[in-house]
Amino acid sequence: MSLLKIDNIHVYYGAIHAIKGVSFEVNEGEIVTLIGANGAGKSTTLNTIAGLIRPRSGMVSFEGKPLHKVTTAKTVSHGMALCPEGRRIFQQMTVKENLEMGGYSRPAKEIPASIEEMFVRFPRLREREKQIAGTLSGGEQQMLAMARALMSKPKLLMLDEPSMGLAPILVEQIFEIIKELHAAGVTILLVEQNAQMALSIADRAYVLETGTVSMSGNADDLLHNDAVRKAYLGS
Amino acid sequence: MITFLTYLINGLNIGSVYAVIALGYTMVYGVAKMLNFAHGDVIMVGAFLAYCVCAYLGLHPIIAVLGAVIGCTILGILIERLAYKPLRQATSLAVLITAIGMSYFLQNMAQLIWGSDTKSFPSIIQGDAIVLFKTVQDGVTKTLTLSPINILTMASCFIIMIALTLFINKTKMGKAMRCVSEDKGAAELMGINVNLTISVTFAIGSALAAVAGILLCASNYAPLSPTTGSLPGIKAFTAAVFGGIGSIPGAMLGGILLGLIENLGKAYVSSELADAFVFGILIVVLLVKPTGLLGKKIHEKV
Ligand SMILES: Nc1ncnc2c1ncn2[C@@H]1O[C@H](COP(=O)(O)OP(=O)(O)O)[C@@H](O)[C@H]1O
Ligand SMILES: [Mg+2]
Repeated sequence: MSLLKIDNIHVYYGAIHAIKGVSFEVNEGEIVTLIGANGAGKSTTLNTIAGLIRPRSGMVSFEGKPLHKVTTAKTVSHGMALCPEGRRIFQQMTVKENLEMGGYSRPAKEIPASIEEMFVRFPRLREREKQIAGTLSGGEQQMLAMARALMSKPKLLMLDEPSMGLAPILVEQIFEIIKELHAAGVTILLVEQNAQMALSIADRAYVLETGTVSMSGNADDLLHNDAVRKAYLGS
Repeated sequence: MITFLTYLINGLNIGSVYAVIALGYTMVYGVAKMLNFAHGDVIMVGAFLAYCVCAYLGLHPIIAVLGAVIGCTILGILIERLAYKPLRQATSLAVLITAIGMSYFLQNMAQLIWGSDTKSFPSIIQGDAIVLFKTVQDGVTKTLTLSPINILTMASCFIIMIALTLFINKTKMGKAMRCVSEDKGAAELMGINVNLTISVTFAIGSALAAVAGILLCASNYAPLSPTTGSLPGIKAFTAAVFGGIGSIPGAMLGGILLGLIENLGKAYVSSELADAFVFGILIVVLLVKPTGLLGKKIHEKV
């Protein structure tokens, strides 16, 4: 069943036509990845789904309900969470406060148990509970950003370049966690520059090129597609 | 010694009021990223509202304070909704001009309603001054006193500062304000209603301005007129920058220090040059620490 459906969206930044009629869908239980070069429009697409940017035309629907006109806060309560590019954790708040903010849309009495779940999944965060988030290492900040997004108990987790700027060993860890989350039943929409890694864990993939979908299909097929290998996998 | 202590108490007194006004500037700056130059005039409106309730309706000062606080809270929300919200995407220069325009609009409205002559503000608290200290030197008696309005002013300002600190650090709305002030987009992604948070910030800042306005006029710091709020508004803005604009503890520290420096400057430098002295110190502090005393470095976004 299709959980998220994007239908022919057009997004502009002033006069810049950043997304030119993109359509795709994410089914419940899938990992879908959007790959593409820098500036292709991946972040713009995720930000539009999250309601941070309004499409000029086209539809975004989630569980069959149109969402392109509601506020970001509403998309969160409908069950979507975006872990944004560059992490954007609250640098001046503690690790625990960041997690609490992630659960902002939920009843206060459920929050401690969810924080405990996050500490089990991300043990490093428990050690750093009272630390100011801005002092965490890059890998820890990424984990905090993911944990914070998960605090809203999303049905759909959108991740924008979770491996950006991390050492290879940390990238491996992040992808392990994504697989675990998927196994735990979270549907995932993953944007990555690291196309090799993304395609290897995804079910399906869409290739974005200057604001349009240039290719799509099973992740495995794309991983072995010559054009994709040339453009995005460097071989 | 007694002279010094008297100036110290006066400094703390006016400084605590500056601090409360500065909190309004700094909170709005933090959350809405704008300098609300009409804030000083909300002080004036608050004082006039209290004046009306006392002088025209003859009600108890506590009702006057309540009325002024409620009136200014609504005024603050309206100012934000009608004047600033439509300019969210506009350049900061356009917003600044709008704020200056709003400031003159409020002054002119006050002039239209209440006239431009000064009014004598009713005393909101009665009682004798407490004599803290008394000396006789060369046949001259000197006393250090604390008047009821001094006590009321300092007590209410310190209670406000403590309550606001708790609110910002402990409550859900207070934390939402900190999130919005750090990263509006990320705050939205948490499900925080940014518009509501901004409204609440203006509401709180304006409620505090009402209290400050009443305390200022009741202390006879300034007679009540449509321009009553201008100078304290600018001083409190200075205090907010001095302490680090956007920082709550910074606004409190900046306000109190400004009051102390101003009064000690009056005592030991020159009463005419006290303001120049205050701004001189401000400039030196900003040269050494451009973010203000407790201002945080703006983190570079990745
Ligand atoms: N805030 C913005 N203002 C103007 N143009 C933007 C803005 N953000 C992105 N763009 C432009 O939109 C296009 C898509 O950007 P983006 O979605 O960030 O790409 P990606 O995430 O795939 O690297 C790029 O050409 C970029 O320059
Ligand atoms: Mg991007």
